[in-house]
This record gives sequence, structure tokens and C-alpha cells, in this order.
Amino acid sequence: MPSKEAYITGVGQSEVGVRLPRHPLLLTVDAVREALDDAGLTLDQIDGVFTYPGKMAGYTAFSPIASEDLIEVLGIKSKWHMGAMEQPAQLSAIGVAAMAVKQGLCRHVICFRTVYEAGGMADPAQYMAGAKQDTVSGSSQWTSPFWATSAACWTAQYAARHMHRYGLTREQLGQIAINGSRNAMANPRARAITKEELTLEKYMAARMVTTPLCLYDCDRFSDASTVVIVSAEDALDEVSAKPIRIAAMSGSVDRYSWDQVEEFAAYETGADLWKRTDYTTADVDTVQFYDGFAFLPITWLEGLGFCEKGEGGRFIEGGTRIARDGELPLNTFGGQLGAGRLHGFGFAHEAVTQLRGKGGERQIAGDPKVAVATSGGGPMAAALLLTRD
Amino acid sequence: MNLPRPRPRLDQENTAFWTGGGEGRLNIVHCGDCGEFTHPPRLLCRHCQSENVAPQAVPGTGTIDSFTINHQPWAKGLEVPYVIARVKLDGAPGVYLTTNIVGCPVEAVDFEDRVRVVFEEQDGVFYPLFEKAD
Repeated sequence: MPSKEAYITGVGQSEVGVRLPRHPLLLTVDAVREALDDAGLTLDQIDGVFTYPGKMAGYTAFSPIASEDLIEVLGIKSKWHMGAMEQPAQLSAIGVAAMAVKQGLCRHVICFRTVYEAGGMADPAQYMAGAKQDTVSGSSQWTSPFWATSAACWTAQYAARHMHRYGLTREQLGQIAINGSRNAMANPRARAITKEELTLEKYMAARMVTTPLCLYDCDRFSDASTVVIVSAEDALDEVSAKPIRIAAMSGSVDRYSWDQVEEFAAYETGADLWKRTDYTTADVDTVQFYDGFAFLPITWLEGLGFCEKGEGGRFIEGGTRIARDGELPLNTFGGQLGAGRLHGFGFAHEAVTQLRGKGGERQIAGDPKVAVATSGGGPMAAALLLTRD
Repeated sequence: MNLPRPRPRLDQENTAFWTGGGEGRLNIVHCGDCGEFTHPPRLLCRHCQSENVAPQAVPGTGTIDSFTINHQPWAKGLEVPYVIARVKLDGAPGVYLTTNIVGCPVEAVDFEDRVRVVFEEQDGVFYPLFEKAD
């Protein structure tokens, strides 16, 4: 039976670390167990598995576990599953899962994102065998030949342009990483990633990766698995946790080429989210914005309309507005800059955690009911509006 | 940059772009029907979907839309710093190239700088780099 709404009913996460000895399949199972316990569900109630981007042959450090691996090893009787990169961005996997439960294909599904990029770097023969290639093709042929090897180089050019056009300063940009480190210090799962709070002095003195992005503006390869369980509305009576509604979702890709877009997709995706709900920015209690690079949350703040285009830097000036006790708490778990490169799913995990009041030391005050979680950067983006209502 | 550049795998769509420099041509796919340009190169026009498309030499000049001074050696032995830029091409509205700005100190590069193409050949592939035009 089709279901009117889709809910997130459980979240779980493995240990988060750098070069963890634990195999990524076991990390994934750790996260699944925690999410099942959280939701009050058992494996025999799961009937779907969705992931982003699916197992990447030749580069399993980036994505080591297939949806089929979980189906096989956990004995899941799956009605529908998917692992695909050709989606608007990481959180699209949760979006497709929501479509599956709304359509009535599935009742409770596991969505996961497992990364083993730190451990994989230490064992390239096993996890990065495809990284050494004689030639480049596809979209990378337009960047790699010019040693614009990393998305950092692509993002940096748009950040530099924002500085040039609108006056964004490094001091303003630095508030993203500083806020992330402060919040990470209150997140037990971020212990291996952030050891001390970042100061503006230390930020300003950091070495440049690619101007204007310095070392602290770039997330760090990590090993972890994050799981979100999505359930159909008519299956909520089987769940013991407080369900969080996926009130709206949006995603967009216009040009797939990073260097042909005039603006990042966060602007289109952000504007589109509000066309699909009666909620507005004024209702939002916390935002969890993809921060693989520190410039990206600025595009989300502007794209979702929390401030005018070009005003993102001034919006975060001094960091008080986005702090946990500020008017719009941002990345309360530390974001990827503070809590590791969980690659998108950490933002949904944290939004749910905050909306349930389960943030512990990092819990924001005021009984939050509405959160936005986003993922993506450059020409691709996806956003979720999550509500406790 | 003393390392060999990563080499694009030549195919039906991209060969005219990557080899045109041998004749001093910066080739961008142009539509014979609607007159628009398509980049990255494709076998049909991304504006009107016509298959009446062919590589056309554009002037090879342009303007720096944005740039970054890269300090990170992404490969062992790669010389840094160097400038990566997004160049807005003259004569091909809407087309940008990611490239390197060469022939000047990295500090000399700025927004809106006028630039012109210089080709760097490596085993039959002609990489379109840009230098300051004035």
C-alpha cells in the first residue's frame, strides 16, 4: 500500500576514525545494529537497502560496501535496493528510499554510507587499485590534465570569486571550521578527528591547500559508517523511537561539469526545497550543511535563503549566529571538517539526533522541531527538510 | 610543472579539442544550425540537439573568471605553486575552460585578466594553457 509520508525512524553510526583496523563491512554492521536498536526494529523487519554511491570497483576506499553485501551478510529479504552515484548528491539515497516506502515497495529500509578513505590510503593495493591509470577520461579529463586534481581546486575558484564579488573574507570563512571544531569537541564520536578547538589565529596561519582554502577548510579522510532507517507511515506502529518526518526533499543537477556552472547547485536545490513545503526558513531550528569544503555551507545559507546572495560571509561573521546557542546552529556535531568525512550522511544523522533531543553535551536548546540537512557541492546538490510534528 | 600531465584518453568526441593545438587551433564544438557552442564536446548540440555540429576554432583569447593558487602537490614531484583558472572564452558564449595560467609569477594573476592560449604538447596531445595577454 502506498504511504503518504516517509519517516526516519532510526540512526546509527560506527566508530569514526583514521586508519581504523576494523574492516569496513564490520563498521557498516556496527552502524546498522545501532540504528536498529535506536528504531526498535529487528533485521527481519527490514525489506530494503539503499546506499550512495554503491561499491566502487577499483576504488573501494571511497565506497567499500555494496547494498548487496549487506543483504547477503545480514540475511535481509529485500524487496528493493539500490546503490548509485548518478543521483543529485549523497543524501539522494535517503530520498530514493523515501520514494520506495511511499510507493509501498518497502516498509523499513536501511540507508547507509560507508567510507574507508583513511584506511584505504594505507592499503592502496586493496582499496585503490584503480587509482593508477594511464589516461583520464569522462569529466576528469577537463580538470586533471591541468593538475586541478581535487574538488578542492574546483571549489576554491568559486570561493575566490565570492571573495572578489561580494567581499567574503578569510576571517569569515574561518568561522565554518572553527564552529565545526568547537562542536566536534562536544561529540564523542569525533574524538579521533578533532583533538582541540581551532582558534582564528591558528586558522589564519594555516598552510594553503589551494587559495583561498587552507588546510582547515578541507575535510579529512576518515573511516566510518553511518546508517539512517527510513520507514513508511503505516509501519510506524512497529517503531519505538520518535519518528522524524521527511517533510520535503529536493535535488538538482543542471550542468554536470564543475567548471561550466555559473553557480553551485545549492542555489537551485535550496530554492526548490521551499516550493515543496509550507515551512519557511523562519521555522528552522538547526541546519546541517555539507562542508567537505568550508565554502559550501555559505552556498547553502544563501541558496536556502537564510541570507541574501553574497551575504553569507557577513551572516557567519564572528561565528555567534551559527554557534550551538546562536539563532541558527550549524553542524552541531562538528560537520565533516570537525567530525570526519562521513560523506553526506552525517548531516541527516545529526539532524535527527537534534530533533529528538538526543545530542547530549552538544544538544541545542529550545525543543527543536525543524531541521535542514544537505549534501553535495559544485553542480550537484540534495536537501532534506526534517521535522518532528 | 615538471611532471608529465595526466593524458586524456582520445575518443570520437574529444580528439579535435585535444589535438587542435597542433595546427594552432583551439577547437570548440559549434552548431551549424543554432550557432551555439557545446563544451565539453559532444556529438550533438546541447542547445538544440542538432547533429550538425563540428569543431570550430575560436580566437583563443579570453578572460579570467576566477582562479586559485594551488599549493598542494597532488602528485609526488609536482612543482607548486601554480595557478588553476576558469577562463571565459571569447567567441564561444557560455564556454569556460579549466586551465593553467603560465608565463608569469602566480602573484601576477588577477580576476578579469585578459589571457590568450598557448599550447603545451606532450606525446601528440596539445594542452591549452593560457598566458596573460598584456
